Amino acid sequence: MSDVNNATTAPNSALAAERAEDEYTGPMLAADGTPLKRSLNRALRRQKISALLLIAPLLIFVLVTFVAPIADMLFRSVENKIVQDTLPRTTTELKNWDSEGGELPDQAVYKSLYQDIYVAQERKLHTRLGSRLNYELTGASSLFRKSGRGVDDIGEVYQDQFEDLNAFWKKGENWNDVLGSDAWLATMKDWKKASGDAQPPFEMRDGIADILPQTANYYLIFADFVQNEDNDNLYKEDPWPLVYSAFYDDLTGPTAEQIAAYAGPGATELAQAAAAAPSFDSVDYAQAFADIDKDWVELPIWQTIATYSPRFTNGYFLNAVDMQKTPDGPALRPDDERIYWTLFKRTLFMSVCITLSCILLGYPVGWILANLPARTANLLMILVLLPFWTSLLVRTSAWKVMLQQQGVINDTLVWLGVVADDSRLALINNQTGTIIAMTHILLPFMILPLYSVMKTVPPSYLRAAKSLGATNWTAFWRVYFPQSVPGIGAGSILVFILSIGYYITPEIVGGRTGTFISNRIAYHISSSLNWGLAAALGAILLAVVLGLYYAYDKIVGIDNVKLGG
Amino acid sequence: MVALTPISRKPVSFYVPVAAAAGAIAGLFVGTANGSGFLGVIIGAIIAGALAFLLTQIVKNEKLGRWATTIIVAGVGYFMAGIPGLIIGAAFGWFFGWFSFWLYEGRYRAKVAPYLTPGQVLWHFAFRVICGAIFVFLITPILVVMPLSFNAENFFTFTPEMLSFDPAGYSLKHYRDFFNSSDWQGAVWNSIKIAPAATFLSVSFGTLAAIGLSQQHVPFRRAIMAILISPMIVPLIISAAGMYFFYSRVGLQGTYLGVVLAHAALGIPFVIITVTATLVGFDRSLTRAAANMGANPVTTFFRVQMPLILPGVISGGLFAFITSFDEVVVVLFVGSAGQKTLPWQMFTGLREQISPTILAVATILVGISICLLTVVELLRRRSERLRGMSPT
Repeated sequence: MSDVNNATTAPNSALAAERAEDEYTGPMLAADGTPLKRSLNRALRRQKISALLLIAPLLIFVLVTFVAPIADMLFRSVENKIVQDTLPRTTTELKNWDSEGGELPDQAVYKSLYQDIYVAQERKLHTRLGSRLNYELTGASSLFRKSGRGVDDIGEVYQDQFEDLNAFWKKGENWNDVLGSDAWLATMKDWKKASGDAQPPFEMRDGIADILPQTANYYLIFADFVQNEDNDNLYKEDPWPLVYSAFYDDLTGPTAEQIAAYAGPGATELAQAAAAAPSFDSVDYAQAFADIDKDWVELPIWQTIATYSPRFTNGYFLNAVDMQKTPDGPALRPDDERIYWTLFKRTLFMSVCITLSCILLGYPVGWILANLPARTANLLMILVLLPFWTSLLVRTSAWKVMLQQQGVINDTLVWLGVVADDSRLALINNQTGTIIAMTHILLPFMILPLYSVMKTVPPSYLRAAKSLGATNWTAFWRVYFPQSVPGIGAGSILVFILSIGYYITPEIVGGRTGTFISNRIAYHISSSLNWGLAAALGAILLAVVLGLYYAYDKIVGIDNVKLGG
Repeated sequence: MVALTPISRKPVSFYVPVAAAAGAIAGLFVGTANGSGFLGVIIGAIIAGALAFLLTQIVKNEKLGRWATTIIVAGVGYFMAGIPGLIIGAAFGWFFGWFSFWLYEGRYRAKVAPYLTPGQVLWHFAFRVICGAIFVFLITPILVVMPLSFNAENFFTFTPEMLSFDPAGYSLKHYRDFFNSSDWQGAVWNSIKIAPAATFLSVSFGTLAAIGLSQQHVPFRRAIMAILISPMIVPLIISAAGMYFFYSRVGLQGTYLGVVLAHAALGIPFVIITVTATLVGFDRSLTRAAANMGANPVTTFFRVQMPLILPGVISGGLFAFITSFDEVVVVLFVGSAGQKTLPWQMFTGLREQISPTILAVATILVGISICLLTVVELLRRRSERLRGMSPT
């Protein structure tokens, strides 16, 4: 509080300074001798800081619990790292492939595909990639599942040949003796799983990575997987077939001389294998994949993988507006697949309907509340506030109960003879149901702002207009209505914002034709698990709402939002 | 504006046809319900017109006439349709008795401005009838749920037994189901555990921030306000989606803490709005006076500022509480089965196996909302009185 004291005593000291003007001609001084201007500035700065300090905890709280999740969602709508993470080698190789050339990718791509899918299927990631690509290309999901099962056979070609050549290569212990460093082998042999200690992490023997680069590479992946994901004893674990194919590649590769010079454990077996390898049956990877599924030797899957290789994609957004990525750039989907545009149109149309019916019903109520004597108006206000305070679920269930074929409304109508018993109105599970229920639910949000604006319009204006010769209609339309427009604006934007993102009520009374875009978002999050598309749809909806929010802020000001009258 | 319009008795040629027209409308409904709308209109018009004439020209004693009409029409209704007929008949009888004298004595003009033309008077009352219909629309869903929750059957409509006020048609069985079902009770407990914690977080952070925001000089005030209010504006499904993705990343998804944090964020705008509204009328010189007398800022806050803004804080808290207590979309995504709240349970109930137990729960919730509404209204009035903003 001392800053406030400073600020308030400053005028006194200014007076004192004025009296002392004869002797002192410099800048005005505060009581403590600093120039007044600086002293006031300091007080102001302190005030600002103290205000910010009071706000800071909440601001940080909201940023972490609310703004960060929204930002994360926006990020997800363009993020696409699953393709690159699951197929790192394939996507690198594919960069050199011309997706429009009409040619299939070369052997190197198929080989890296084999390596990628092998690692992915061990980690059970290939099905996730499959379902991701299935959003873009139907059939990708089953293709990847099939391939996950098939890649084992490809590697076993080499595995069998090496094992036939020498049983030495069959055992995990032997592989570890060759590839592992001595220090690691020593600690590893002492380790017991039952002891509960962490497994000593695998270390490569010095120099192995130079002579058997690919084997070392895949063995490291294998070791990491066994030790950290499977939690098995690496020393006893037989390597993946993938390691054998890498081993074959090394033995027939450019490091033959270094292999010949190798003198560590298993040198004789290695030399024998190096001598035999060139005469092994080799694998035609493209053919092998064609055997798994002929889709692999057709263009669409490769084009899809190539299109979705980058870390970020606008694919989800294109999907959300019924477009798709093609090799020639974005294009509209076929007519029968355009569901989101219909859904956006329906959401907008129904929100407009709801807003209009809220204006239609809310305007008379706002008028009568504003023009009745305070006591009566307060009583009637309860009828508006009670629904406002009642649980949304209660109101929704009430409407579900009332709108049913055998519900209260239909029963009453039948009893009154308005409709026949066999032609009861279909009021639920369609747009009518959603509009009726949501109009009721959002009506208080229209009445309250209308009421607070109408209360400020003096009734004498209308009387004055009439005494000047205006007809009833002119007096209302030219005098009263323009003054109530701010209330209509505030209420409409509020109702529109709320209705456009509604989820619960359409989900329960909307059936199939009365649902909103938000129901689709929820469906993609919880059922189809296409989170990226859900995030993109959400981002579009968010953009619309924020635009309206901005308009609301301009028209009404967020500070003027009032609750409960 | 209280108009003192002199009133006088009206000629028969005016009020008998008007009463007959009203009778025709009533007759239309009774008639269609019994098979013939046209006949109903004719009979209704004749009865109402004759009744108006009879009451005003022959009986003349208003009290006696109105009671007699009520009882006679109720009796006729009882013979036609039993107890429901009795009630409807009594209502009709009372209405037409009152209506006849209202027209005859010209009382309808008493409270409207003297210079209005008959057309304007008609519009004045037609407008009130329209407003009345809208109020009925607003309140009916809530009123319908309550009696239906005492239904003895598993139906969602009024059974004939209920309509004839047969005690056998009513029971507390859905309430028993609610109190005996472990699903529902678990949901109630979860709601009771989550809502107060979320309310506490939003009120404590929100009050501090509201005090900060209502200082004279706050840099970036509009931007900060926009961020703090945004949880109320952003559609719930988007908040829910974002929180679901983000909380899964940081391991809060499916935890009690996660749901509490999410609900606290949703409740914050309400606290900010109500508390800043209260602070508008807060006299800053009071804190200076307290500081002047040697109170430190903490004492000043708790002994001077807090008691004065307490009504706003409490109603903000109630808003935050009801937000969390009512919230279903976010908890549906952020929570897991262990955090199943009451609205969630209702939502599943409505979507999957709809059972009338929901109506019992709904009635209980309406009761709770009425209590909360009363408290908030009382607080609002008290706060306005304290700040001298309202004459009462």
